[in-house]
Amino acid sequence: MTTAMTQPKRRRRIGEGRRFLSAPAIVYLILLTQVPFALTIYYSFTNWNLLRPASAGFLGFDAMFRNYQRILQNPDFWQVLVNTVVLTVSVVVVTFVLGMAFALLLNRPFPGRTLARTLLISPFLMMPVASAVVWKYLLLDPAFGLSAWVSRSLGLPAVYLVERAPLASIIAIVSWQWTPFVMLILLAGLQSLPEDVVEAARLDGAGPLGLFRHVTLPHLRRFIEIALLLEIIFVLNVFGEIFVITSGGPGIQTTNLPYQIFLEAFSRWNVGRASAYGIFAIVLANLAVILFLQVVRRARQEEGR
Amino acid sequence: MTRRRLGTLAWAAGTLLVAFVMFFPILWMALTSFKTENDAIAFPPKWFFSPTFENWRIAVFGGPVLEFMGNTAWITLASTLLALALGFPAAYAMAYYRTKRTDGSMLWMMSTRMLPPAGVIVPLFIIFRDLSLLDTHLGLILLFAGMNLPLVVWMITGFMEDVPFALIEAARLDGATLWQEFTRVLLPLLVPGLAATALLALIFTWNEFFFAVNLTTRAASPLSVYVSTFKAAQGDLFVAKMSAAATAAVVPVLIAGWLAQRQLVTGLTMGAVK
Repeated sequence: MTTAMTQPKRRRRIGEGRRFLSAPAIVYLILLTQVPFALTIYYSFTNWNLLRPASAGFLGFDAMFRNYQRILQNPDFWQVLVNTVVLTVSVVVVTFVLGMAFALLLNRPFPGRTLARTLLISPFLMMPVASAVVWKYLLLDPAFGLSAWVSRSLGLPAVYLVERAPLASIIAIVSWQWTPFVMLILLAGLQSLPEDVVEAARLDGAGPLGLFRHVTLPHLRRFIEIALLLEIIFVLNVFGEIFVITSGGPGIQTTNLPYQIFLEAFSRWNVGRASAYGIFAIVLANLAVILFLQVVRRARQEEGR
Repeated sequence: MTRRRLGTLAWAAGTLLVAFVMFFPILWMALTSFKTENDAIAFPPKWFFSPTFENWRIAVFGGPVLEFMGNTAWITLASTLLALALGFPAAYAMAYYRTKRTDGSMLWMMSTRMLPPAGVIVPLFIIFRDLSLLDTHLGLILLFAGMNLPLVVWMITGFMEDVPFALIEAARLDGATLWQEFTRVLLPLLVPGLAATALLALIFTWNEFFFAVNLTTRAASPLSVYVSTFKAAQGDLFVAKMSAAATAAVVPVLIAGWLAQRQLVTGLTMGAVK
């Protein structure tokens, strides 16, 4: 009797204090993300350059957007923006097609399936800069790389792909790394599809294509959305592969926004300009997410009609 | 019956072939690490060769790889432990003391993980410079702990929600303190989940490059920064040694990832897909 009366009270008392156990983690994240974010905004309104220590000044209210103006007037910026979008969209499309195909291949029992899955996820576990050096030298080198051997064996001239099609090469390499990511998530989706639903559709006379179109795809929708959303966010930040393989070149043909920020900050030491570019990167990431969610919502509505 | 068996075998052969092609660059890297420098750049490529351990002896065990790997290991371990130490109590609050704000806090945490690193690198560099954290282990440990914290909180909260609250109530009736609830009740139950979480944090931290290359110069640089120095060709004969260094750099994470295949999905999607 006494325990029954006191217990809820005690639990509530304990609860009131303990829900603040999340405070350290939240404060830590605020310090680590929101403070730098606020500083990025502030720095973007300064002409601070680390090579000119006297320059650390606010631009003044009439000229505070000068960094942004300069960036928008710079034709290179638009090229960089296009590169970033083309890289991200291409990788998302390629990895979606391949990831779906691989997931379907793995979604059926066969001898050696665990081995196949283990091999297939490996590119995603590779350190990106290690993948980059392997592709750059062992696979794509025009003198001794495997690609040279393959094209010579086919009677074609050996070309240096990185030079001939720089952005396409980066897209191919990043896609190689990210296909397993999409595959893993879609495979989880496929395996959560109840067997009796598939069986029922089969009994209703659905062929493999109809089954895929009307049963599998709708079930996979949530998994596809999450995989692509996360992939967009991460691929917008691709850096190591570009740093190692092309250094953003030739010219600025493979420079994406993160690489541009890196150049602005750590070779020109232009804090103000780099911060303004940083704001563009943050805005782009948010726009991409919003746009993606918009597309998803519209697709859903059309489906509902 | 036999036709169906044949179909399965063809399916197996096709899938294994595709898997082998995808895995081939990694295999080729590992093979090249056992070639002599001359064999490594031979044309046409040498498929059969007499293996040598020279590259591993020179570049990995006698060279800088071990030193950088030490940096990576220490940074990875310490930042993961810090993220767990901060994330475990936070997950406890999120899982067992839900308030109106809990869902909002969780989503906000996840959104911090989506902030582009390039968007905040400049102030981080300035802060690190002013606090003398540039090129220190401590700086990267603090940063990577924060990078992995959202993932850690999300995953552990999910695992804790699977623990029946009655177990905790029973411990409380026996007079357990908060610390005892953590160590005697929750920890033993959550060991597999915590291991999976730690493994994922380890993979992300081990492979991180953008922050590492911009916030360290040499003393505290992790392995990813060292591997990236091969971006410039280093003389004529470096490809085999480079392969040995790259192989050494990726093997720990490959093994960790192979072991944690099942948890990878949960972790990668922050539990949105289980």
